[in-house]
Amino acid sequence: MNQLWEAVLWCLDPTNWTGPSGIAARSLEHLGYTLLAVAIAAAIAVPIGWWVGHTGKGRGAAVALSGAARALPTLGVLTLTGLLLGIGLAAPMTAFVILAIPSILAAAYAGFEAVDRRVIDAARAQGYTGTQVLWQIEVPLGLPVLVGGLRSAALQVVATATLAAYVGAGGLGRYLFLGLKTQDYAMMLGSSLLVVALALVLDGAFALAGRAAVPRGVTVARRGVNA
Amino acid sequence: MNWVLDNLPLIADRTWAHLATSLPAILAALLISLPLGWLAHRYRALNGPVLTGAGLMYAIPSLPLFIVLPVLIGTGVRDVVNVVVALTLYGVALLVRSVADGLDGVPPEARSAAVALGYPPLRRFLTVDLPLAGPVILSGLRVVAVSTVSLCTVGAVLGIPSLGLLFTDGFQRGILAEILTGIVLTVVLALALDRLLVALGRLAMPWTRAEVGA
Repeated sequence: MNQLWEAVLWCLDPTNWTGPSGIAARSLEHLGYTLLAVAIAAAIAVPIGWWVGHTGKGRGAAVALSGAARALPTLGVLTLTGLLLGIGLAAPMTAFVILAIPSILAAAYAGFEAVDRRVIDAARAQGYTGTQVLWQIEVPLGLPVLVGGLRSAALQVVATATLAAYVGAGGLGRYLFLGLKTQDYAMMLGSSLLVVALALVLDGAFALAGRAAVPRGVTVARRGVNA
Repeated sequence: MNWVLDNLPLIADRTWAHLATSLPAILAALLISLPLGWLAHRYRALNGPVLTGAGLMYAIPSLPLFIVLPVLIGTGVRDVVNVVVALTLYGVALLVRSVADGLDGVPPEARSAAVALGYPPLRRFLTVDLPLAGPVILSGLRVVAVSTVSLCTVGAVLGIPSLGLLFTDGFQRGILAEILTGIVLTVVLALALDRLLVALGRLAMPWTRAEVGA
């Protein structure tokens, strides 16, 4: 427990926070990696997932891909891209994006599949075109599930970004590996606590976003049923 | 391919260490989740806290957990016990929901029939509730098995033996074949364990054979 106290003191020491390799800069770097990776992965996976969900084509392949990806070891992907692409941000970022895609892809098509078929039939009966069904019904109603997928992807990247310091990236993992190398347990434990805090804050933020993503009509309808 | 042929004993060693770390964690997760999931199912008041706690647990990245755990349970940083305990915690976080959902899905008629026939609570749980919740629990266990085998490799950056050491060693020495071998073996091990669980599930729950086409 004494070690835990020392780790907290390390986290709170203001001299550790400033400068280009201070905790503040490293935390922002860590968060930046995460948001950038999730944004790139979403730009790739969301259109594909929506297309799969809307047309029903390629569903088998999408399910198999997102299932098999769970078995993919993050450290393996990181070291592989590190060795192939060398030092720099490209290598870890490629690994982050590869690891973030499956959960976003799965959430994008699962969100569409969760839409009540009767709602879509009703829209078609009223003369909605395919594009209108997509943008006015499937996208908004599937949004909460998609945000859930972005949430798991973000948590996956936060965890992987910690490991990425092993292959030369920045972020809070730097302290962790520096502490490991120099046997500075307070630094190692302190940075671990910071990563955990960052992950929990991000998780909470996505939980709130998920709630906000539920269309107002759905919330009203649910309340009506419960009342 | 040459690298693989030259290093078969090493690969066997790492695979064995990997199994010795991940299998106990999977088993422990199942054994802990059953009573915990039952509590969440039986007592509505516990449902929220247990599932929220499980969700938060799952949000915690693995490497920091491997490092924080030694302080809490009094082990060394490089102790394999940390990895087993951490993987167990992740497994419980996932499985407790499956167990609660599975038990929630047991038809009330089946339960009432068992009560009417005079089944005592424990026997009813073991012979009526648990088998009927089985398929849902099994699908949760399959996810746990695959992600545990995959997560197990992370311990390698702390020097804890598993297939992950093939990644760190391959990276340090620039041997691409070693990293690829590690990735392929981890995925194969995870998928083999998944198939094994499906087969065991069919043996233990013969009535699901017709429905489960997977």
